[in-house]
Amino acid sequence: MSELLKVPTMAEYTAQGKQPEVLFWVGCSGSFDDRAKKITKAFVKLLNKAKVEFAVLGTEESCTGDPAKRAGNEFLFQMQAVTNIEVLNAYQVKKIVTACPHCFNTIKNEYPELGGNYEVMHHTQFLKTLLDEGRLTIEGGKYKGKRITFHDPCYLGRANNVYEAPRDLIRKLEAELVEMKNCKRNGLCCGAGGAQMFKDAEKGDKEVNIERTEQALDVKPQIVAAGCPFCNTMMTDGVKAKEKESDVQVMDIAELIANAQDL
Amino acid sequence: MAIIPNIIFAILLALGVGFFAKNVKKLLRNIKLGKDVDVSDNTSQRWKNMAMIALGQSKLVRRPISGFLHVVVYVGFIIINIEVLEIIIDGLFGTHRIGLNVLPSAVYGFLIGTFEVLAVLVFIAVVVFWLRRNTLKIARFWKSEMTVWPKNDGNYILYFEMVLMALFLIMNATDVHFQELNSGNIISQYIAPAFSSLSVSTLHLIERGAWWLHIAGILVFLNYLYYSKHLHILLAFPNTYYGSVKPQGEFNNLAAVTKEVKMMMDPNVDPFAAAPEGSEDDVPEKFGASDVQDLNWVQLLNAYTCTECGRCTSECPANQTGKKLSPRKIMMDTRDRLEEVGKNIDANKGVFTDDGKQLLGDYITNEELWACTSCNACVEACPVSIDPLSIILDMRRYLVMEQSAAPVELNNMMSNIENNGAPWPYNQMDRLNWKDE
Repeated sequence: MSELLKVPTMAEYTAQGKQPEVLFWVGCSGSFDDRAKKITKAFVKLLNKAKVEFAVLGTEESCTGDPAKRAGNEFLFQMQAVTNIEVLNAYQVKKIVTACPHCFNTIKNEYPELGGNYEVMHHTQFLKTLLDEGRLTIEGGKYKGKRITFHDPCYLGRANNVYEAPRDLIRKLEAELVEMKNCKRNGLCCGAGGAQMFKDAEKGDKEVNIERTEQALDVKPQIVAAGCPFCNTMMTDGVKAKEKESDVQVMDIAELIANAQDL
Repeated sequence: MAIIPNIIFAILLALGVGFFAKNVKKLLRNIKLGKDVDVSDNTSQRWKNMAMIALGQSKLVRRPISGFLHVVVYVGFIIINIEVLEIIIDGLFGTHRIGLNVLPSAVYGFLIGTFEVLAVLVFIAVVVFWLRRNTLKIARFWKSEMTVWPKNDGNYILYFEMVLMALFLIMNATDVHFQELNSGNIISQYIAPAFSSLSVSTLHLIERGAWWLHIAGILVFLNYLYYSKHLHILLAFPNTYYGSVKPQGEFNNLAAVTKEVKMMMDPNVDPFAAAPEGSEDDVPEKFGASDVQDLNWVQLLNAYTCTECGRCTSECPANQTGKKLSPRKIMMDTRDRLEEVGKNIDANKGVFTDDGKQLLGDYITNEELWACTSCNACVEACPVSIDPLSIILDMRRYLVMEQSAAPVELNNMMSNIENNGAPWPYNQMDRLNWKDE
């Protein structure tokens, strides 16, 4: 299957004297994490299907600096930001899509002041646009009637007020969208943000991802939908810890749509 | 002789207002200890935020029960205060119910009637507030940072309000002339019979007593504000105006760092060149915050505005799972330390003298700071636009950039980013390998 993926780089586009419609910012997780790589591929399949002319930076991409900034290392963040902005500006990038809300937030909100001005979209917003423009069609397929709950990533939801695009996509799958006790602006964090992904939690009486997974399991979903590779990891771990992995799947929205079409 | 009460009243008023003004000056001076921050942008959005969030209580009512009760007390407080205007005029000029002389009695009756109804509603709401705190023991009022003083402080304010409302109604009920008018005594007419066995002169004494205690109580309450958590009734307005107008996910980029990073990236810069004599570069910039003076003045205003409702803490994922972090405690600590610094300045003839203490360590521990997931739940929950997360971030910045005191796993993550451009130890050259896997 993978040999069918078309993943051109910005360097290739430039060599041909062309400019892609959009740059797909893959992110560290989407590039290296085994689980997140599946999300990356699912999204690429959808881009290919919709005949979107996109490109990736490939080996020229580097961490946005989000975890460094949130850990307090402003130096490292700005070094990463300035380096990335130089690359992006050299390629005259105008529009960026990413499947990681952390990359999304950082490039969209924190890069402009440092000289990086782009239109930035989360992949759920981008997919929604493809649907609205008729470039992509979704049929319910295998998810028709399934109970799906959506876990709001903090950096997509509260941080940037994007609540509806992912939900619209789930509805398009003709699935039954159920909301957790804490959702949208009251959504509970998965526990990974603010660089927590990379360290053990402080002493307490519970892990945050377990608390959130319990909220998800309370509404008895067949699928927990996520829109962030880090949330995906935390929720997957939570479901495993609750020994529910045979009943409940944790899936990114891009994967749901790609699977629904048997891509 | 008849003028003596007027003089006493004028002195009382001057003392009450004067002492409050003195503390307001101190408050402003303390807030100005913070660093400057540009808040001149988005003025129309800022006014809108103030109108919606402070005046319109839009975020309070997201929790319907406490929100509704708060709106009752808030509306009651503002409207009943119109009555204070009459009390002040009467007190200064020796008149009695001056409103009756200048307003048609139906209008006056309508006003006082409204105040009486509101007074009862406020009284009931305040009793329910007390029950929620002390009998229902709602969890957020019993967290560990709610030590003896914060708990008592919350209750004292409720007692104050109960007493003030009761005095207002008793004052009206024992005002024989007002009861005879029978206009506006909607509530007090049912209280009056309780005093019916008393003589007219005793009634007059009670009425005067209630009147004096009411105005004295208001002045004491006004002055209590500065010493309590209750400043939000004034500061919520500027605080919602100066609160962030950016997306919550946007953290500020430190300008001092930008300057250094740009210099590092610029091949034409001589790294050994000394800064020109007398330029601001002479003083090495301190990165992040270890004490209140390192925070900006909006963050300090935030601290004074916090009324310790604890909605932030009850939404905090770290706190919910038993970690030490409580966003409310971050704000309380910031305020307590700021007050300590203020007292230090007062005691040392206007100059802060090092007391060997600071916000970091003596008030807020590293453990609390590292427990934050930066999820913004606390910021979203605050009914008056306080941002505890920005203080947590500034203190993390100090820990990392000034002290290299990050947890070891985070140091590994950061050195990975520095060396390979990813938080994990993967080679940047392998970034596109997923395509062919």
